Amino acid sequence: MNDSPDTTGAETPTPAGTATTPPPAGPNGSGLDEAALAAVAPEVLAGSLTEYFQAWGRRIRNGESGALPVLVGLVVIVIFFQVEQSQFLSTGNLVNLFVQAAAFILFGAAEVWVLILSEIDLSVGYVAAVGAFVIAELIAAPVNFPWWLGIIGGLVVCAAIGLLQGSLITRLGLPSFIVTLGGLLGFEGVMLELANIDKTAVGGVMSLSFSSPVYNLVNANMSVALSWIALVVALAIFAAVTITSATRRRRHGLSAPPISISILTIAVTAIAGVVLVLICTLNRGNLTPLRGVPWVIPIVLIIILIYSFFLGRFRTGRYVYAIGANPEAARRAGINVARIRTFGFIMAAVTAGLAGLVYMSRQGSISTDIDGGNLVLFGVAAAVIGGTSLFGGKGKMLHALLGGFVIAAVFNGLALMGISAAGQDIATAIVLIAAVTLDSLVRRRATAR
Amino acid sequence: MPRMAIYMSISQSGLATGEAPQNGGGTLLSLKGITKTFGPVRALTNVDLDVPPGKVTALVGDNGAGKSSLIKTVSGLWPPDGGQILWEGREVHLHGPRDAEALGITTIYQDLALCDNLDIVQNMFLGHEPLQHRLLDEASMEIKARDTLKELNVTTVRSIRQPVASLSGGQRQSVAVAKAVMSEAQLVIMDEPTAALGVAQTSMVLNLIKTLSSRGVAVLVISHNLVDVFEVADRIAVLYLGQLVTSAPASEFDRQSVVEYMTSGTAGRQAGNGAPQSAA
Repeated sequence: MNDSPDTTGAETPTPAGTATTPPPAGPNGSGLDEAALAAVAPEVLAGSLTEYFQAWGRRIRNGESGALPVLVGLVVIVIFFQVEQSQFLSTGNLVNLFVQAAAFILFGAAEVWVLILSEIDLSVGYVAAVGAFVIAELIAAPVNFPWWLGIIGGLVVCAAIGLLQGSLITRLGLPSFIVTLGGLLGFEGVMLELANIDKTAVGGVMSLSFSSPVYNLVNANMSVALSWIALVVALAIFAAVTITSATRRRRHGLSAPPISISILTIAVTAIAGVVLVLICTLNRGNLTPLRGVPWVIPIVLIIILIYSFFLGRFRTGRYVYAIGANPEAARRAGINVARIRTFGFIMAAVTAGLAGLVYMSRQGSISTDIDGGNLVLFGVAAAVIGGTSLFGGKGKMLHALLGGFVIAAVFNGLALMGISAAGQDIATAIVLIAAVTLDSLVRRRATAR
Repeated sequence: MPRMAIYMSISQSGLATGEAPQNGGGTLLSLKGITKTFGPVRALTNVDLDVPPGKVTALVGDNGAGKSSLIKTVSGLWPPDGGQILWEGREVHLHGPRDAEALGITTIYQDLALCDNLDIVQNMFLGHEPLQHRLLDEASMEIKARDTLKELNVTTVRSIRQPVASLSGGQRQSVAVAKAVMSEAQLVIMDEPTAALGVAQTSMVLNLIKTLSSRGVAVLVISHNLVDVFEVADRIAVLYLGQLVTSAPASEFDRQSVVEYMTSGTAGRQAGNGAPQSAA
């Protein structure tokens, strides 16, 4: 009998019953050691802030770096650009940066849905274009749908595309890389055809009316008062949910983060929110006053929040992770693997439609010149830079948010410095490779120990 | 609820009898003349095997003896070509793993079927998560998982919220067993549970098997390791070239005789009960 090369060899347990008390740990403060188990009521282990940070450090050393590399990277990028160009951190440019990031974040979120499943979707760029064209054509003459019906129509078309591709992949067992590569080519054609049959799309461009809410999504702002009210309400709900869920868990004798951690989380979120709203509500206009949070910012945050909640708290979300890590185990557990996978592709396509909507709103129009091939790669890059694994089972919507920000910051900063598109692409490539390298170095160090 | 009914009747019949009689009254699972062929290859020939409740039955045999074929038949993956499967004396037809699961047969394969990225609780409830207001009921899952692990004396994991990837081989095995226990399995089939485990971890898994059988669960263990087999098994069944050559209480064997059965299908110096059943 050989000792298997297992990573936790140092903590190889002694036979049950004679187990020694293991070292306390658990970043969630949930270390149920033998004594705790025997006493039925397990105490929250990381009882203090210090222990929590120790556990956190241990987690990073164990290769569970999470979002840390990308946060560090973001700080480095911001400092670099601020040193190079002092307007980088001006309110006007920061708001511009947030808006720029919105489409990247949504493309990243679309990829996170399928990357967790250990699949990939190369078609999201042109699916977004198709969605945008459908929306633009539905709300323009001669159809003249109300804006919300137009958006729903575009998203339904995207969902149907996701269903089609997902069914081909799961029911026929085709590789997602090939099916969505077909989608990348095919939906560009569909987009061209959509522009072709609509006589109002002059030269392949559908322009949005300046009064349309679709245009105002990015180009109009919440009033200053509404911005602050929305922030306060959101923070109050967040604080209430965080505190009550931790209290409820503690009452049931379950592992829960120490109260200081809950308070710290709430405080950090509150500071981030206040800074965000403060930046957006300061006057950033040159001639006329311009202030308030662009509508797209809370909308993207809410989408990311809903997706995270779904993945974390619903059965289907749990199964997405299970299938990504071990489809055979999921199948044996009675999970309908094909259905969940198809659902992942539908969500990717719908999210692509939302990204197309934001993209179109920012441009004020949608044109057949849209480079869907590039957009999908930025989507994958955003997800991966944020920390989502290409090998499945590991990824969060937060990763798309952070990764989308990094890409937008690189583009924005280089444009401010007057560097060409060629330079921007090369810089983005370097950031992508650096992010993945850092992640793999941390992981390798963890397995080498 | 029907599964609950099965559970009740089994535990009653299980208490009544000690040894497994031939009529199947005290037998949980009974195989009669099971045959399985793959084209010209006969994987199993006329296999008769009784698995009593609350006992550990070890299924041993050399490579290619048909151990895997037999457990795949019992777990519903490969329906047999001939013979009968009796569950508590009634004939059953297993057309898939779900049928076996519905009866209360859980198979723990060597790969354990765990998701590395999910934590212990999430793995234990995978596919059967309780809901509250349509959301995952994490609290009740965590309480039930904690209690089940405690009943099984699994006390070495640091946190039941740690991902399965961070567990040792023995701990992973414990999670797989706890999952089976929680699904109210009456028969747990374990395929080489101690393969690739260290000494301490092996002893942990063997203890787990003993705990399981003391709870009234029948355990069918496939193993190559005779030291382990003699430590936990109440009964030993030997497969040789697709035939069951002997099946008797473990006390009637010694290591030498089991090795002889495994390698030649007969035991020269063994005068025990195995002889009448052995194939010539």
